[in-house]
Amino acid sequence: MRLHLDAEKCQGHNRCYALAPELFDVDDYGQAVLLVEGDLPTELQEKARLVAANCPEFAIKVLED
Amino acid sequence: MTDTVTQDNEVPEGQRRLRANAEDVIFGMSPEGTHVWQRVPYDAAHYGPVSDFATDFDHADPAYNPSAPEVWKQLREGGCPVAHSDRYGGMWVPLTHDTVHEVAYDTEHFTSRAVVVSVGRPGDLALPAPIGGAPPITSDPPFHAMARRLLLPAFAPKQIEPWEPEVRKLCNELLDRMGDLTPGESIVDAAVQYAQHIPVNVIGRMLGFPSKDEDLFRRFVHDALERIAEEPGTRDGMDDLGNYIADQIDDHRANPRDDLTSYLLNIEIEGQKVSDDIAGGMIILLLIAGIDTTWSAIGSSLWHLAQHPEDHQRLLDEPDVMTFALEEFLRAYAPVTMARLVAKDHDFHGCPMKQDDWVLLPFPAANRDPLKFEDPDTFIVDRKENRHAAFGLGIHRCIGSNLARLELKVAIEEFVRRFPRFELAGDVRWSVGQIRGPRELPVRILAVAD
Repeated sequence: MRLHLDAEKCQGHNRCYALAPELFDVDDYGQAVLLVEGDLPTELQEKARLVAANCPEFAIKVLED
Repeated sequence: MTDTVTQDNEVPEGQRRLRANAEDVIFGMSPEGTHVWQRVPYDAAHYGPVSDFATDFDHADPAYNPSAPEVWKQLREGGCPVAHSDRYGGMWVPLTHDTVHEVAYDTEHFTSRAVVVSVGRPGDLALPAPIGGAPPITSDPPFHAMARRLLLPAFAPKQIEPWEPEVRKLCNELLDRMGDLTPGESIVDAAVQYAQHIPVNVIGRMLGFPSKDEDLFRRFVHDALERIAEEPGTRDGMDDLGNYIADQIDDHRANPRDDLTSYLLNIEIEGQKVSDDIAGGMIILLLIAGIDTTWSAIGSSLWHLAQHPEDHQRLLDEPDVMTFALEEFLRAYAPVTMARLVAKDHDFHGCPMKQDDWVLLPFPAANRDPLKFEDPDTFIVDRKENRHAAFGLGIHRCIGSNLARLELKVAIEEFVRRFPRFELAGDVRWSVGQIRGPRELPVRILAVAD
């Protein structure tokens, strides 16, 4: 499983950073920054699904392999 | 619809007002024009109370805010995804998440030049599109992004987080000020004595305005956002607000300091300093937008907890639930409905929208759409999937959302900690207009923490 962030869609709601700082940071403008690349370790997969399900702009996608 | 427009509210001679016009407005050209407002043909007294919200929608009907969730539900279930009204010169109201989302994303057909529905549209003396009177909330692309980028860093999460101890201290001072309370007997007003003071204090400090002026700020907000059906010229707070900001600009220019006002007086767009009209408009936005919105969210959340001791207890027993509870308060009791003006005639899902018609954007209604939220009218304190739109959708996402969240979270935490049990103790008075929340919220204190 991988995470994809569409930076164009992100409007800085900050929900991802609040829910999962281990997966997302925010820059100086409050825009999301994805911290992980490639396959997610098992222990982070549930968190990843949770974050994707809470983005108001549908900017985060979980890509199941 | 606009051909019967009359104009009034000329600027009295000698009055100071923040204003501008024309392309080079950013850099200080004065406007040419005579009217701040363009009066729409609408007389509230002639219409009276709303009998059918589908065809005669009025969010300023005193009956609307107390029962808004029922109104949205009835309209949606009655097959009305977009309501209409002849009031305010013509107004449309999308009620589903999809239609609200669509309007919020479509900056071609809908302009943000005015975001508060009233009997006056911006006149020829108001800042024109794509700037508008209070950038960037009243701005459209491409100016919007330029103005917004200047404000974003000040409200980014890592700039707001350090305010937490200050907010917590303020909340405790307000609770202390309630004096000695007798459990089971004492009644406090959670809106008047608590919620309304929190955001006004914090944004006043960020802008570097005197804290003694807080009553004044609340009057500005009342006149700008609640008295929307009254003649623009009679809403004194609107003029007083412009004059107050002009005075603050003078004071900050004479005595620069480390606050947002001083920062905004020195910002540049495309390498040039912006005019006082633009900077002043941005200051007005920051002052007005952050006050009754957060105050409403805090009040509505405490109103909920007063009636749901099981949710209150859960917050006390499991403080981590607050991560989800906070977003559920924001979803179920989102305080902010925005607005747009139709930019050009077009058909919107069968609705013949005409240029200059108002469009309300009820994000709170979108948050209760059963097509997007399971069991939307039930408050689920630990709701896990919650893609709510309380802070808007698209390019105008509330710039103060991180500050609002912090204030809401801390205000609830401190209130429920100090008063482990409380209940409603009388009639709640709700706000009128686009910002929805309790203005009077009497609660009986049943327990006080040691």
